[in-house]
Amino acid sequence: MGTYRRVMAVAAAGVLALAGCGGSGTGGGSAPGTGVKPPKVDRLAAIGAGEGEVDIVSWAGYVENGTDDPKVDWVTPFTRATGCKVNNKVGGTSDEMVTLMKTGDYDLVSASGDATLRLIYGGNVAPVNTDLVPNYADIQSFLKLKGWNSVDGVPYGIPHGWGANLLMWRTDKVTPAPTSWGVVFEANSPYKGRITAYDSPIYLADAALYLMKTKPDLKITNPYALDDTQFQAAVDLLKAQNKNIGEYWSDYTKEVQAFKAGNSVVGTTWQVITNTIGTDAPVQAILPSEGATGWSDTWMVAAKAKHPNCAYKWLDWIVSPEVNAQVAEYFGEAPANARACDHTADKAFCGTYHAAEAGYAAKIWYWTTPTAQCLDGRTGVTCKDYAAWTKAWTEIKG
Amino acid sequence: MPPVPVPAPAGPGRARAPRPGRALSSWLYRHARVRLGLLLSAPLLWLVVAYLGALALLLVSSLWTVDTFTGDIVRHPSLDNFRAIAGTPVYRTVALRSVAVAAAVTVIDALIALPMAFYLAKVAAPRWRGWLVIAVLTPLWASYLVKAYAWRVMLANGGPLDDLFGGPGHGPGYGLTATVIVLSYLWLPYMILPIYAGLERLSDSLLEASADLGARAFRTWRSVVLPMIVPSVFAGSIFTFSLSLGDYITVQIVGGKTQLIGNLVYANIGAAGNLPLSAALATIPVLVMVVYLVAVRRLGALEQL
Repeated sequence: MGTYRRVMAVAAAGVLALAGCGGSGTGGGSAPGTGVKPPKVDRLAAIGAGEGEVDIVSWAGYVENGTDDPKVDWVTPFTRATGCKVNNKVGGTSDEMVTLMKTGDYDLVSASGDATLRLIYGGNVAPVNTDLVPNYADIQSFLKLKGWNSVDGVPYGIPHGWGANLLMWRTDKVTPAPTSWGVVFEANSPYKGRITAYDSPIYLADAALYLMKTKPDLKITNPYALDDTQFQAAVDLLKAQNKNIGEYWSDYTKEVQAFKAGNSVVGTTWQVITNTIGTDAPVQAILPSEGATGWSDTWMVAAKAKHPNCAYKWLDWIVSPEVNAQVAEYFGEAPANARACDHTADKAFCGTYHAAEAGYAAKIWYWTTPTAQCLDGRTGVTCKDYAAWTKAWTEIKG
Repeated sequence: MPPVPVPAPAGPGRARAPRPGRALSSWLYRHARVRLGLLLSAPLLWLVVAYLGALALLLVSSLWTVDTFTGDIVRHPSLDNFRAIAGTPVYRTVALRSVAVAAAVTVIDALIALPMAFYLAKVAAPRWRGWLVIAVLTPLWASYLVKAYAWRVMLANGGPLDDLFGGPGHGPGYGLTATVIVLSYLWLPYMILPIYAGLERLSDSLLEASADLGARAFRTWRSVVLPMIVPSVFAGSIFTFSLSLGDYITVQIVGGKTQLIGNLVYANIGAAGNLPLSAALATIPVLVMVVYLVAVRRLGALEQL
């Protein structure tokens, strides 16, 4: 936790520096988006009567009204309790969510860390008045006021849930049991053609995290803040890894099937995938010694929400202990509300997902949008932004 | 135009002048060009706005760039995207790979479709013919995704294809080969149908004449049938080639770590929100198809569609 706190302090300082140079920035020559303060957006002062409906952009599985599974429904009770009808739009990727929020047609979004800052600095979301969300008090303290959900100590959203990208392997095919990400990055791997990796530019951070621990000369302090040399090292590592990759996955059912059949025997996973495979194949997943990347999702309110009162009612509803527990169990992630663990159907759930372990959470580097302004607070260097990450990912896959 | 007979007026002033509809139709009758213009304007509008308009928008947006942080599109024309594509070897590799996959799929489909279509059109008993054509078309009714995922299971480690080749790991597995196999399966009906139609138009008397002149089956096939259905084969190849060139889902499901142009377009819209670069990449298959269509037009394939 200590190191993590320090790192986050540095990251916060970086954001401060970023905000500080807003006035002096001339704009000429500097990359767009750097040295900008978030646009001034007022937060809601008090909740009034509901507007009768609310428009939401969410990840699949976050807003369930019983149509996917009659037993999975926390929208109908919400509408009954508040009179707010829920119109949900599922966003496939973080970028799609950003695009949808820019249309101004939505009141709420469940944004991951690689979308939040873009929404904040784009002026698409408003700061959240946490006094109006009573359940905010029970949110795990290690999730509050982080670099991906706040700016200058101003919260822009309510933490919802989090999880890590774990290392999974087939216990019958991979021996000895790995403890490090090294098993997926070794050049002469005995598992050539059977290694899998997450198919997204953000996976570069996994390589950077590994280099952070194994190549101290590179002086990587944050896997999302990579200068030219560090970035090139991560790209080279992944290009070498590509020779051993069997397939990349982004659809989790695809990974489940690949591990069951044995097309993949070792690689990145989510807890929910390991749980889905269950006893169908002998698999095990761990948080390796280097730590891991992960996600932390945040409910945010649109800057120009047409239904702000219903939106705030939803914020409080979705992180209430009972509902947060339901969502977390259905989606397969650690709930943000500390009291949610008392309400899970599977009493061991929070243990499996390490929901209350700040030490476990501290080992996770949550997905964050890489920006030209280095997120680790370095000045005088330009870091690679997400567009560069995307281009590099294409080249890595070849 | 003869004067319109008008019934006796029921009241003062009524029906004294021709009704507006009549006036318009007689006016249109005298202005043939306007009439034609009005008749064609709706479909033309559709063609221009929905079809050519979209294509023009694609070309225009390929000249824009994206603000890397907020993801807003900067509408300031530049050739940066095209320069990036030309200067990055990976785009060339992927483009060539995509064309090679499309070509391989087309050749495989043609080789399978020729005998199948010949059997359908010339050998099978007429009462069976309809049923066989239905059988060929049936797979088109099943969802594309269902078929692709079914192939994923078939190609899995230890799956049916592995068994066929002698145990787990001996089959093609996931990768470029698997992509070509699955795409060939998916687009086969589109190759069979035009060839079947071409063979139906081929008169049986030509085959009989060839036999009467002493040609054996192979000789008849090579000198009579094949030259006459080459345009049909190229007509089918337009479907198989263009559908393969644009595909990005099959390759995601069974392609292992392979990527094609479609994946690059998708990744740049989906993951990076870089619509302009996607548009620039999408012009590659458009160009390839234009070249291909011009080439097959010379062979008369477009009349066979």
